[in-house]
Amino acid sequence: MNYQSYAPSTYEHDGKSAETRNLKPGELSTGTTIMAIPFEGGVVLGADSRVSTGTYVANRVSDKVAQLHDSIWCCRSGSAADTQALTDYVRHYLSQLAVETGRAPTVKVAAHLMRKLCYENKDNLMAGVIVGGWDPVEKGSVYNIPLGGSCIKMPFAIGGSGSTYIYGLVDSEFKEALSKDEALSLVKKSISHAMARDGSSGGIIRTVVVTESGNEREYVPGDQLPYGPAGW
Amino acid sequence: MASSGSGYDLSSSTFSPDGRIFQIEYASKAVENAGTALGVKCRDGVVLCVEKPMLNKMLLPNTSRRIYTVDTNSGVAITGFVSDGRQVVSRAREEASNYEETYGTKIPPTTLADRIAAYVHYFTLHGSLRPFGTSSLIASYDTETKEHSLRMVEPSGVTYEYFGCAAGKGRQPAKTELEKLSLNKPDAEDNMTAREGVKQLARIIHLLHEEGKDKPFELEMSWLCEESGWEHKGVPRDYIKEAVEWAKKAIEDAEEDDESEDEDEEMQD
Repeated sequence: MNYQSYAPSTYEHDGKSAETRNLKPGELSTGTTIMAIPFEGGVVLGADSRVSTGTYVANRVSDKVAQLHDSIWCCRSGSAADTQALTDYVRHYLSQLAVETGRAPTVKVAAHLMRKLCYENKDNLMAGVIVGGWDPVEKGSVYNIPLGGSCIKMPFAIGGSGSTYIYGLVDSEFKEALSKDEALSLVKKSISHAMARDGSSGGIIRTVVVTESGNEREYVPGDQLPYGPAGW
Repeated sequence: MASSGSGYDLSSSTFSPDGRIFQIEYASKAVENAGTALGVKCRDGVVLCVEKPMLNKMLLPNTSRRIYTVDTNSGVAITGFVSDGRQVVSRAREEASNYEETYGTKIPPTTLADRIAAYVHYFTLHGSLRPFGTSSLIASYDTETKEHSLRMVEPSGVTYEYFGCAAGKGRQPAKTELEKLSLNKPDAEDNMTAREGVKQLARIIHLLHEEGKDKPFELEMSWLCEESGWEHKGVPRDYIKEAVEWAKKAIEDAEEDDESEDEDEEMQD
């Protein structure tokens, strides 16, 4: 229907949703919920698993948590292609740096590299990344790198389209110096809540617990979410 | 000991039949003709020191540097051809700055030394370039591991890590003196502090310097230690003065002890 004759000024909507507006035709979006929380001795990273093109769910069990180095991981949101390319570049640069310096790179360096790529190519990218991990200098640390390419070290970070629905929840439940189990259950609870309200987030919850001794990958199946349709 | 190159020494891209590259060795000779540079890695920091002969009475004192800051956590002392040294320092600064711009963290000491060494080495490979006539002493602090270290890059492009190193005219006697210092005790607590290091280096330089034979000289000293907040800074001038006074007295006392020992021997006859 054409409402132009009623409106004082001309307003036309192109029919695209806010999230998919900047995607190229056919491009996949990781409209998403991602988060990372440091705890005593490491970091917990978590993400949902829905990849969508418009309303079609292209992949309902995707892995949005990618490994950049032994103890450095990142959560990806935005365009799947862009974030995969960024992750590949950073992984490559980090492995070369590790060979040159003879030591594992720090999370700060990984975040800095990611941010450099995001900032310098900001016109051509749509990528929101959270870099988190463990290193001997800072212990567990989390860096949030949103769309424009800024890089901020934070006590915890959430991102993706679903994160807007859980700011209040995470703000009220987060404390400094959580234990590993507390951090893990907070991540699972928050992402479940986001998945319940955000159409672009769903599927399963993938988590990685990164500590000095190694990484533990887990997932929560879609019918065992702490909160959501199955739990009501 | 002048060895004849007999034709194999005209280019740095030529080996001699006995496997030497003479141009690199001649470059080292250029370093050996210049003022002594010393470095010590102490328990709580690194101290660098260069003896600057005053070539011209009209020179303004305390100008014409030999020690440069490459980044807040690194400093380089050069000896040999000063102009060559400045080029090396300029490159070191670029490397440190680029590293921080790319990786967001201060360049680690091994990486800095490796990059400087690679640069110096490059000039030994090309027929159209000559090797650098400088040795660079690098004092550096690793912001990640919180460890300080001392390295030296020679004209051939090799780099080693040291407790104490010397380059330039007086390096042989200097090395002998450095070996006597407590730098490498099994228990780290027994090693010298940076403050002690400043005094000892002043003493060694003055010991090596022969009045009347060598030109008058200036002493340039810098340190990178706990007291300087782990930043490369010049040793405060008044402390250098204090150290030089102590050094002169220590040398006199040592000479008196030697003389009195001689006297005792005579009396026993």
